[in-house]
Amino acid sequence: MAYDLIGKDFTPPDVVAKVTGKAKYSEDFRVEGMAFCRIYSSPMPHANVKNIDASEALAMPGVLGILTADDLPPMPAPNRPILTNEPRYAGEPIYVIAAESEELCMDAMEKVRVDLEPLDFTVDPLQSLYPGGPNATNGGNVAGRGPEGAYVKETKWSARDFAAAGEGELPMGPAETEWAYGDLEAGFADSDYVLDDTFITQGLSHHCMEPRTALAYWQNGKCFVHASSQSQAFPVPFLAQYIGIEPQNLVFIAEYCGGGFGSKGTAYPEQALPAHMSKKINRPVMMRVTRVEEYNIGSARPGFQGRIKMGFRKDGRVMAVDLYIVQENGPDVGMNDYISAADALALVYTPENMRFRGIPVATNTPPRVPQRGPGQNQIACVVEPLLDKAAAELGVDRLDIRTINTPNNGTLYGPNKGKVTSAYLKESYEMGAEKFDWARKKSRSGQRDGTKVRGIGLGSAYHSAGYYGFDGLVMITPEGKLQIHTGVGNLGTYSHSSTSRVAAEVLKYDWDNCVIVRGDSRKHLPWNLAQFGSNTSYTMTRTNYVAAMDAVNKLKEIAATDLGGSPDDYDIGDHTVFATADPSKSMTYAQAAQRAIELGGKFSGQEAPEDLNPMTAGAVAGLAGQGLIGVAKDTLESDGTPPAFAAAFMEIELDLETGKYEILDYVGIADCGTVLHPAGLDHQIKGGAVDGIGLGGYERHVYDPQNGLPAATGFNASRVPTYLDVPSTMTTGAVGIADPMNPVGARGIGEPVQGCAAAALLSAISDAMGGHYFNRVPVMPDMIVNAVSGREQSHGPLQVNTF
Amino acid sequence: MSVVTFDPEKDPANPPVGGGLSRRELIKSVIATGAVVSAGSLLGGCGSGPGETQTAVGGVERLISLNINGKVRRVDVVPHETLAMTLRYKLGLTGTKLGCDRGECGACTILIDDTPIYSCSTLTHSVRGRAVTTVEGLQAADGSLHPVQQAFVDELGPQCGFCTPGQIMTSVALLRANPNPTREDARQALAGNLCRCGAYDHYLNGVMRAAQEA
Repeated sequence: MAYDLIGKDFTPPDVVAKVTGKAKYSEDFRVEGMAFCRIYSSPMPHANVKNIDASEALAMPGVLGILTADDLPPMPAPNRPILTNEPRYAGEPIYVIAAESEELCMDAMEKVRVDLEPLDFTVDPLQSLYPGGPNATNGGNVAGRGPEGAYVKETKWSARDFAAAGEGELPMGPAETEWAYGDLEAGFADSDYVLDDTFITQGLSHHCMEPRTALAYWQNGKCFVHASSQSQAFPVPFLAQYIGIEPQNLVFIAEYCGGGFGSKGTAYPEQALPAHMSKKINRPVMMRVTRVEEYNIGSARPGFQGRIKMGFRKDGRVMAVDLYIVQENGPDVGMNDYISAADALALVYTPENMRFRGIPVATNTPPRVPQRGPGQNQIACVVEPLLDKAAAELGVDRLDIRTINTPNNGTLYGPNKGKVTSAYLKESYEMGAEKFDWARKKSRSGQRDGTKVRGIGLGSAYHSAGYYGFDGLVMITPEGKLQIHTGVGNLGTYSHSSTSRVAAEVLKYDWDNCVIVRGDSRKHLPWNLAQFGSNTSYTMTRTNYVAAMDAVNKLKEIAATDLGGSPDDYDIGDHTVFATADPSKSMTYAQAAQRAIELGGKFSGQEAPEDLNPMTAGAVAGLAGQGLIGVAKDTLESDGTPPAFAAAFMEIELDLETGKYEILDYVGIADCGTVLHPAGLDHQIKGGAVDGIGLGGYERHVYDPQNGLPAATGFNASRVPTYLDVPSTMTTGAVGIADPMNPVGARGIGEPVQGCAAAALLSAISDAMGGHYFNRVPVMPDMIVNAVSGREQSHGPLQVNTF
Repeated sequence: MSVVTFDPEKDPANPPVGGGLSRRELIKSVIATGAVVSAGSLLGGCGSGPGETQTAVGGVERLISLNINGKVRRVDVVPHETLAMTLRYKLGLTGTKLGCDRGECGACTILIDDTPIYSCSTLTHSVRGRAVTTVEGLQAADGSLHPVQQAFVDELGPQCGFCTPGQIMTSVALLRANPNPTREDARQALAGNLCRCGAYDHYLNGVMRAAQEA
């Protein structure tokens, strides 16, 4: 379908502010009378706070107040505590202290006496599951989110469970979660090749460039929070709960965000600290967060200790999969990455028969929250190299073993026989193979040039890509402008704008006459989903579509009322509504907006649909009388899971003496339905590749098992990829087939574009090494050198949180 | 990328805490005694606190003159104050971002004369008499964007935008020193500026476009 705006590049309205330094992030705001507070974090991985004596500190001139866990309401799980008397990881906030300056805060902290009772701790789930092993929390060692809600309990496996596993293999005691479909035994019996591998995926920190600094103050009963947030509308009720106020009393300002990657998707407990402190000392409070604090409280991706048995038919078809994942879950209920990983495996490789078992185990490491492709990207790193292994055993082409297993539009996947709205992973591979010249390049596998050897890799990843049921809101002003109100945050994807353009498209507006209204909850914003889960392109094209359609219908009704006939007799175009039979019978959008104000009622927001979320209803009430309001809840049909797929190809030159490699070529292809914004998609595919190269080959999450302390808190020690670690040019593409369940055919894409790159890198490394499989990510240069020279690895086979 | 002030003794993985104990030593003592008197800077960054006139660690503010974006700015500065803090908290120039405050990420990059510098690791006193340029100083008097800024808009350089001012300042310095860089030159020059969104390819496109159009 031909569009005027969709699929065309444009200059998003926030770019100029980003290049001039005028874009204000949370630490860039100043308020009259602003004080500072600083966090005192636990120096131990697990302890009980016996006593906090701040009397000497509070007597210091300029010291304004202290907040401890005792001052704050308890937060029921799955919320994390804002402050704690039982720190469960090194770096967990115990108290905050406020003063006229930050230095004074730090001087005062030296005078606060905190008595801590050290407790048992662990940074390894298997250690915790062993009989008599340490529990990460006083409540137990197994914590997660089940169908009945969050749970914490104690589970120990038997020594027999551990002994039953072979040397270096994952023990598999009783699981917490389990599902299966088909006949597993028959599936393996029908297989021509069966592999059985233990694997490790490291949990990794998000390392957002902007630490989660926050500023808060109270005025006239409302709490103002300048926050570092991926999302605008969605966190409001959750942060209000952390602060202890009604959502309508929170003014939430998050116009810019310096990176989130899942860790700032919705409200997080520390975001509420300056608000509580401000209330206590009756001053505006800025809480700056340092790089180390950002590492500690900024959360991490859960790690996996897992085992996978896969059976393949001789043509490469996956006949059976038996998957077990022990999830390293941080100090509390964490996220369901392990469940998502199994779900992704069931969809991406469509095994004929499958069983999944898993258990989430608490460790004394930072909280685990979603990180780009939570679960899906870990499992892509595990399975894709194993496909290469099977292809080699079976003599099947590595591309063919992937495309024979890809889902399609008719696929019913997993134990519930779930539908997808559409699926073109196979087409993504085919497009990528052509752009990469797979047929020619695969013959370079293993080519030697001195110490250097070529490796050719490929891989894919998946994430679900959209939801439904949120609200859209637009207003045509009497000046003829279209205001598109969006509750989408500013994660850096520009989807606040690309999804807004759907409203302009529907109303046939010139983009120059459109204004995107966003970034501050006072601006009358609708209830939109958070910017997480690759959902925005699907979810908020739908909301903007229904809001714009509502505006179109009202334009026609107003024209029929004033000019005669019925609404169906009218059409829109060129910023006017006109009679189809007689275009001279027309009124401009500006005139119609003026008439909407005069007519009142639903036309200008005095009345609103009853199915709107209270946030949207409040926004409509705030706009009432100012123009023609288009507002609706998305009740469009949605049947099945909208998927996002990405496929990648990579060529590397690996130096066997150093373990380092140069990435010579990268091709990334997205299956995200209709492309809304080509430059934005190109950005996501390339940026995701950089992130994926970090996930697959660079980043570290290191804990000292003796003391439970982190050893890689900064960018440098964590090895976040730099310009020099990634190719300076990459090739991107998109299948571009419209999804039938979205009014403009769009689906999201943000997450799998990371996982496919990580998978392709791991595939390329193993290819360069003649089929050596590490069954561990990330693969570091020292691991490569050890493997090449036949030396033992420096880590144990099941060890997590290590180099 | 040069850094004016850097203390190699400060191991970021094991920062010193109050009383001269290393973190490891402190933990040992904690485990030995079962109790701890907190040390506030234990997990803190090394930035100086904003808005301070006199601190317990000593040092009195002195009024100095700085040349910022072509203008003389008079400002009270304590001896241990970093340029990033002076710019952000005393001069209102918040375009310079603090990503790490320890010389790792480059978000705080500004120009001293024509050299890109990490302002988080530069003492304000050390730049007296030098020309300091921040991202706010790049636009022409008529408000038009600097060619690098314009190219970053045209190539959709930023994603989240937080590292962008630093990327731009390093790019401006590169093009002053080398108006016709290769893409590899630009890649090497920008290697001290991290971008967690992974916008490297787009930023390099921006630098190459700016070089062509300048």
